[in-house]
Order: sequence, then C-alpha cells, then structure tokens
Amino acid sequence: MKRVVITGMGIYSCLGNGLDEVKESLYNGKSGIVFDPERKAMGFRSALTAKLAVPDLKKELSRNQRVYMPEQAKYAYVATSEALKNAKIDQDYLDSHEVGLLYGNDSSAEPVYRSIQTMMETKDTTRIGSGGIFQSMNSTVTMNLACIFKLKGINLTVSGACASGSHAIGLGALLIRNGLQDMVVCGGAQEVNPFAVGSFDGISAFSTREDDPEKASRPFDRDRDGLVPGGGAATVIIEEYESAVKRGAPIIAEILGYGFSSNGDHISVPNVDGPSRSLRMAIREAGIEIREIGYVNAHATSTPVGDRNEAKAIYNVFGDYRPEVTSTKAMTGHEMWMAGASEIIYSMLMMKNDFIAPNINFENPDEDSAKLNIPAQRVSKHFDTFLSNSFGFGGTNSTLIVRNL
Amino acid sequence: MEKEDLIKKINEVLVDEFEVEPETITPDADIKETLQLDSLSLVDMVALIESTFNVKIKGSEIAQLKTFGLLYDYIYERIEK
Repeated sequence: MKRVVITGMGIYSCLGNGLDEVKESLYNGKSGIVFDPERKAMGFRSALTAKLAVPDLKKELSRNQRVYMPEQAKYAYVATSEALKNAKIDQDYLDSHEVGLLYGNDSSAEPVYRSIQTMMETKDTTRIGSGGIFQSMNSTVTMNLACIFKLKGINLTVSGACASGSHAIGLGALLIRNGLQDMVVCGGAQEVNPFAVGSFDGISAFSTREDDPEKASRPFDRDRDGLVPGGGAATVIIEEYESAVKRGAPIIAEILGYGFSSNGDHISVPNVDGPSRSLRMAIREAGIEIREIGYVNAHATSTPVGDRNEAKAIYNVFGDYRPEVTSTKAMTGHEMWMAGASEIIYSMLMMKNDFIAPNINFENPDEDSAKLNIPAQRVSKHFDTFLSNSFGFGGTNSTLIVRNL
Repeated sequence: MEKEDLIKKINEVLVDEFEVEPETITPDADIKETLQLDSLSLVDMVALIESTFNVKIKGSEIAQLKTFGLLYDYIYERIEK
C-alpha cells in the first residue's frame, strides 16, 4: 500500500481568509458567529450564522468562468488556489499530470431558489440564464474547479451530509493508497445563505441564544441548545509519498487512517455504536496505538443529543486515556459539508504551531463530557498525531487520523 | 425611447454584463466575437436583452442577429415607443 501525504492547504472561513488569519483566530479563540437580521425578517427561529463575505473574483476569473459559480464554488476556488500555491503546484504541473478532484458538497439552495423564482415570475426558462443549471447542481463545486484548474483525474463530488468533506479526503486517500491516483485535490464547501438553512432551522436544530451570538455555539457544554450554521471552503492537496518526494513537494503530514460507518438507525438522531465503529476502524487502519493520538477534533456541533453520544463514543474508544478533545465549531459554527475538510486544516494549524485552540463556551460539563479532557482555554502542547471526527444526517460517519511530518 | 438612447442602453448593459471595452461595440462588429459568446453565454445575452427591454427574442431569429446593428434594429422594432 502506498503512503498518502498532505502537501498543501487552503481555507476561506469565518475565522479568516487564508491559513495565517485562521491560525490567529484559532489561537485567540475568536468566534465568527453573528446575528443576521435578514434571517429574522424571513421568519427564522434563529438568526444566528457565521459571517463571511463572498469573494470578488473579477480580477482572477473571466465573466464566463464566474457565471457558473455559486458562492460555495467561489469559496472553494479561493481555498484551492491557496492550497495549490502552498503545495508548489503550478498550471504546467496540472496540465501534464492526471490530478484528481474529490470535494464535499451537499446543497446549492440559493441558485435553485433563484432559478425557480425567475421561472415562476417570467414564465420563460431562458430568463434563468446559463448559470442556473451549473450553479444548482450538487456537483457544482467540482465541475467548476475541474474546468478552471483543468484537472484531468477523478472528478467527483462527495455528498455525505455533514461528513462530506471528511469522506472526500478519506476517499482521495484510498485512491492514492491503491495506486489509482498520485495527487487528489480534496476538500469541502458550504454555502452561507438563508435559503440553504431555512429548512434546517425549521426542525429546531439551531441555537436560539440570539442575545449573545458568540456564546451560542457551545459544544459539550451542559447548557448547549443547538448548532449555529456556518460555511466557506477548505482544500487539502494529498499526494502519494514517493511522488511528492520526487517533485520536491513540501510534505507536511501523512494521512494514516480513514474509518467510516453507517449508524443504520435514525435519520437525524446519532447513536453511539456507529461513531464508535468509525473511530475504531480509523485507528485500526492507521496501525497505531491509541496513546499516540495527542488531540481529538470532535464533530460536536452543540446539539444536546449529538454531543452527548459523541462524548460516549470517544470515551468508549479512548477509555482512561484522555487526550485533549475540542470542537472548533464553538468558534466556526457548524460548517456542514465543509466541516470535515476545514477541521483537518484547523487541527493541522494547531499541530504545526504547538497549541490546541480553546473549546470556547465550555463552562460546565454534562455527565458525559465530564469524562473527557475538554480544555476551555488554549493549551500549549506539542502533538504529532490527531484524530478528526465528522458525522452526518442519515447516520454517515467518517474519521481521519493524521500524523505530523 | 429614441433609437439613439436605445443603442446607448443596449451597449451599457452588454458592457456591464460581458465586461468588454465600450469602444469594441460598433454597429458592424460581430456580436459573438466581440462579447466572446459561446452557446451558453449567448443565452445570457438573450435573457439580458429580454429582461431589460421586455421583448421576446425568438430562438429561430437569434442566429440572424450577427452584428450589433442588426440587434439594435431588431429591438427597436419591438419595443414600446
């Protein structure tokens, strides 16, 4: 089996544009959550959301490239440009190699809404314009990135609910491990607009702590009352180790293990068994001792039942060994389709800079989170291996284990 | 609307949407070449003209509108004056 390494990362999130800004936000425990009056006026139970601007790409891309891109594809373009630059990949390299693309995305609600609105108002489908179809499809991110960067390998969107980004990286790693690809651009993207999350708000999934937005996302805290939606995009460049060495790539980490499972249970309520099996599989695939894991980046979204069951799953697997466990969603909100990819990057930034970002708003544990080592303050710590969980609706689970190089 | 104003307005919306230099749009210039239209962006031009001037451009007639001059005449004949 071939080894899989990470050679580049890029991110566009509510914690900042690019790795440097995001690292600072993580270090300082800065929240990216705000109250959005537009959502309140639309009838949302909770108008809380992560805040980020849609990038203006007029200078980088032509009109005929931009017209097919919904907001999450723009985020993904910015993140991927940064990742390719950091991996020292130029267009000549992409033109002369079969570089793959696996990206997590599981909705494109705003273009769907806009297209239907135009159709209903004008009774003329031509008025929708050429961007409607390409922006509306679930695979919009991969179709746009593949054409912009002229990628020639696998070209596929991974839709695995809130585990999409993590599965994309895991599946990319499997392709490389089995010798089917030497390099895959992997990541996750998430649109940030009211149309994308109104139905989610409607099932009472969001925190209603609107009087104090930065305190609303509080994973593992006893008084958590729901998640806060977020988004953006995160890209990692993963490569076959020997191929990366040969081209003189900046090798920054190795993907040791990918575990996955399905709960085979309720559509929205997670259980303990499914995630536990995903964690165990990742550890088994990584071929490491559990005590080698120095940090766990939890999926924990700040929902009462989700965090409780993940805490139980982590305790089941780790037992008396208690590495630091945090959820960066305390700062970012739930980045959903993007989260599995962004949280690899957040964890990488911590690992490379010898700290663990605080699980902000963790003030009082509940019975299950009390059994874990959850720091509410930043921890200065060197660690070389971390585990990252991502779980999603329908009971899909993904776990990645990454080692410092 | 006077034809001169109409031409000005057409040029304005096309320059804005397709991000071309205003001086490239002349009555004899080829629309597809000037605006760099492919089969998809041609749809956008039709949608833009239709929504801006509240006219309907028939699919069968699009191919005949090769130059901006022909487009000006076509729209001028169909708008409410």
